Amino acid sequence: MQTPLLWEHLFWIFGHPEVYIMILPAFGVISEIIPVFARKPIFGYPFMVFSGIAIGFMGWGVWAHHMFASGIGPISVAAFSMSTMFIAVPTGVKILNWLATMWGGKLKFSAPMLYSIGLVTMFTIGGLSGVTHAVSPSDTQQTDTYYIVAHFHYVLFGGALFGFIGGWYFWWPKVFGYALNDFVGKVNFWFLLIGFNLTFGPMHILGLQGMPRRTYTYRDGYGFNLWNLVSTVGAFLIAASFLVFFWNIFNSRRKAKASALVMSGDPWDGRSLEWMLPSPTPAHNFDVIPTISSLDDFWHRKYGEDEKGRLVRIAATEDVSQKGDATDVHLPSPSYWPLVLAFGLPWVAYGLIYNLLFCIVGVILIVGAMYGWIMEPSTEPGGDHDDHEPEPSDASGDAVATEGAALVD
Amino acid sequence: MTDLADPHEIAAPGDPVGAPNETHGTSHVTSTGISNEKLAMWVFLGSECLLFGGLISTFLLYKERTASGPKLHDLFDIGFTSISSFVLLISSLTMVLAVSAIQRGDHRSLRSWLAVTALLGSVFISGQVYEFKEFLNEGMGFTTSPASSAFFTLTGFHGAHVTIGIIMLISTLVLSLRGRITQEKAEAVEIVGLYWHFVDVVWIIVFTVVYLIK
Repeated sequence: MQTPLLWEHLFWIFGHPEVYIMILPAFGVISEIIPVFARKPIFGYPFMVFSGIAIGFMGWGVWAHHMFASGIGPISVAAFSMSTMFIAVPTGVKILNWLATMWGGKLKFSAPMLYSIGLVTMFTIGGLSGVTHAVSPSDTQQTDTYYIVAHFHYVLFGGALFGFIGGWYFWWPKVFGYALNDFVGKVNFWFLLIGFNLTFGPMHILGLQGMPRRTYTYRDGYGFNLWNLVSTVGAFLIAASFLVFFWNIFNSRRKAKASALVMSGDPWDGRSLEWMLPSPTPAHNFDVIPTISSLDDFWHRKYGEDEKGRLVRIAATEDVSQKGDATDVHLPSPSYWPLVLAFGLPWVAYGLIYNLLFCIVGVILIVGAMYGWIMEPSTEPGGDHDDHEPEPSDASGDAVATEGAALVD
Repeated sequence: MTDLADPHEIAAPGDPVGAPNETHGTSHVTSTGISNEKLAMWVFLGSECLLFGGLISTFLLYKERTASGPKLHDLFDIGFTSISSFVLLISSLTMVLAVSAIQRGDHRSLRSWLAVTALLGSVFISGQVYEFKEFLNEGMGFTTSPASSAFFTLTGFHGAHVTIGIIMLISTLVLSLRGRITQEKAEAVEIVGLYWHFVDVVWIIVFTVVYLIK
């Protein structure tokens, strides 16, 4: 029982669940995007939800697969080898369901969809190399080589980051009130996809050839030169793709300001409720909180089926959207205290590493902000809201501006 | 917005859930059926399980490694620590009585039981301070041995949690005296109680693992 081994355990029992914290939101993002651009509901919704929960739960029981080469003993290695292979099952269920969602759909390859498909394909490659780590005999050869670097970039760059960039393209109009140029987004995507694969793909080969990670250089004559050159070219392509992305933000914004066109509330013909609001979303969100009767409720307000089961439009988007112009929605008073609290946290983190005096400043900020936050009224003093009558929202959930909802304060 | 669609929880037409003016008070309807504040406390306590799990594991690993320092069980006064543990456990009972009082709208009882709970917690902390000082006098400091480091880290972290709990109880008491804890806000007291009970449950495990098991 040596001290470094305990440290490794404590590090990875945090560190492994942490990678799922990064990938699961990206899974959620593309589970929103793919149905919109396939014009089909997500395949196997309950399986999607429960496999996400299963990954979150099983993610706590696989940490020692980072330590197969550290001498934890055959029983531990076997147990963590098994649990690591097992966690590939719910992940595979998700990949299958994304594919089945696209299967037979009316696919539209806008930028968000390209990034989502990028996630599915790149993450699958990373998942497969992940299973080769779970096989502990082969992992002992891969440990501390570039093969590991290739694997985690395929799951976290090709996986999580692709999903997040797709999410940015998808929700940008809803958040900022102008859309990013889709053609530039596609250029952005292909630069990124090619650059990514050129950078991290060769690392599989380099790793299996024995090139160690965490070493910045290598000697001539080991056969590492060619693939490292390819990686370098790829890295510059990745950099270029991000320049394209930033230029897209800048240019789309400039054009949107010049044209003075009002952003549509539902630019993608979306399925979920945020698209029934104007873009950008009004501060109070919904004028009337809609009554939900099915998955993809907004979609079902727009589309129905004819007697042959074909998709037919039953309502114009404007007629089932909300105007976002309600003036009688009472919002909690805004507060600066959460910002003060957040400002205090890095002081503590910095102080723990460098000088404990910084921690004192941080703790004072955090505790002070907590008390300020708790003590300040969430509604205006004297705002006695008993004069409200509950407003009915009708069966179809249409936005009915009810008369007589009293303005408070 | 994405997880709205549990098909089993469809709001009936005309259900006042949809009224836009329900943005205040504690009557939010959430898709989990549990208020956001309470859920946040449960999530926090989940992460606390990980913290104490790590500390307890570390202690189990190091408890025999006393190097040249004294052995832990030669220093323990099981009788003394049993009494202070009992005091802490009783404080869970008084915490339940405080929550029950505010749920009935009995503000006087709420304040009394909060004060008693905080007092019992303080007795426990006093016992811990006394115990730590005794160990120090007997030659076991924080850096004497891996075992002493693991011991002080584990029990010290628990003591810090109890201390923060006492601060929460006193803050709740002051809020109540200023009339900020209405009967409708009984859940605020209940959430403080969740934390307090958790800290107690952790102590049952720590007391067993550290003091009782040789």
